[in-house]
Amino acid sequence: MSTAPLTRTEMAQRVAADIPEGAYVNLGIGLPTSVSNFLDPAKEVILHTENGMLGMGPEAHGDEIDPDLINAGKIAVTALPGASYFHHADSFGMMRGGHLDIAVLGAFQVSASGDLANWHTGAPGSIPAVGGAMDLAVGAKKVFVMMELTTKAGDSKLVEKLSYPVTGLGCVTRIFTEVAVFDIDSSAAAATGVSVTELFGGATVASLRELTGLPLIDATSTTASTTALA
Amino acid sequence: MVSKIVDDVDAAVADIPDGATVMIGGFGQAGQPVQLIDALIRHGASGLTIVNNNAGNGEVGLALLIKSGFVAKMICSFPRQIDSQIFDEAYRAGRVELEVVPQGNLAERIRAAGAGIGGFFTPTGYGTLLAEGKESRIIDGRGYVFESPLHADFALIKAHRADRWGNLVYRKTARNFGPIMATAAAITIAQVSEVVPLGELDPENVITPGIFVNRVVLAAGKASS
Repeated sequence: MSTAPLTRTEMAQRVAADIPEGAYVNLGIGLPTSVSNFLDPAKEVILHTENGMLGMGPEAHGDEIDPDLINAGKIAVTALPGASYFHHADSFGMMRGGHLDIAVLGAFQVSASGDLANWHTGAPGSIPAVGGAMDLAVGAKKVFVMMELTTKAGDSKLVEKLSYPVTGLGCVTRIFTEVAVFDIDSSAAAATGVSVTELFGGATVASLRELTGLPLIDATSTTASTTALA
Repeated sequence: MVSKIVDDVDAAVADIPDGATVMIGGFGQAGQPVQLIDALIRHGASGLTIVNNNAGNGEVGLALLIKSGFVAKMICSFPRQIDSQIFDEAYRAGRVELEVVPQGNLAERIRAAGAGIGGFFTPTGYGTLLAEGKESRIIDGRGYVFESPLHADFALIKAHRADRWGNLVYRKTARNFGPIMATAAAITIAQVSEVVPLGELDPENVITPGIFVNRVVLAAGKASS
């Protein structure tokens, strides 16, 4: 176990380790995009970009840059052998239809029942912009959230109930933070939803219970944090 | 002989009236029919409702159309970007109305219009602010929101190659909204980089069949048939 909280780079590495070969994956804009840097080149993982491509390759540089070939963040990218292009209704159909295995998203907050808030701060005067956030939240088989556990003010972003506007209800299955990995079982059968499966940088389940105010289940000794395809 | 080729972009947009609903293809700059938009600005129709994923970037194309004051309403999924300052200012000043639609719902509403569907229930947006005021339903234990089809009077799209029947192929991720917008508008106008002789496009690879396209204009200027 590491002795310091994970850096953002290490968080990206940790997320990448849970993405198995053959997975169809959408990496959200921002921090989640960096996960692609740590996917094992020996494993074939097929990246989806919602503007209309499967088999997205790394960012384009120099002569590779083509204004007609961009990702959802409008960054010039490359296409791998085996790539395909499609229009927007097909792209979101493959998302909404449950064909994507994993979406990795950022978040303002996640609730103990897996509700996600990541599209709108609700602040007065802010211009609402949603993009594909709500589609990704409800569409992927597994929704991984990658975020720092606390706000700048020190408040937990893993909460009993969201205070930010909802993106999707009961959709988040795993949360990767700098101090712990959490699994959420939002099925009705689960007595309490959130388990701690890994700890980093000296955090303890007790300290996380205190921070979040949630009755977290200690699954650090029982859970193998690997993801199998459904 | 059927030919949908129009001589220039100005002629192509000349009958767009004030108050029209106009779909504009593109995701950011990729697939944005900038020359048709420039022609629309010169044409000067006002009070337009514009459907696009975004609300303009920088000071070109859609952003310039908004700056020109011809846009009364934007229907889009992601207006706020680092270079959307023209829209931001127009919106805050109350000059442009905004309808925000989740991106997949936007695409599906356009597709539904083109396919003759009267609306659909989607899980996207259920339980959120964007579902307020809309009909919702639980189907097999899951929440869905009713979304209505989105029609347009005109669609301005960008494609790579066309023939005189209006068959289109696109290029890479510039395809984005083009194929669905082409189906959802009464009049679809395609700006293309190349017009090829009839028969040259492989029918196996045509993405938008010409039935959905009314006018084709060569972006560079002169058309050939």
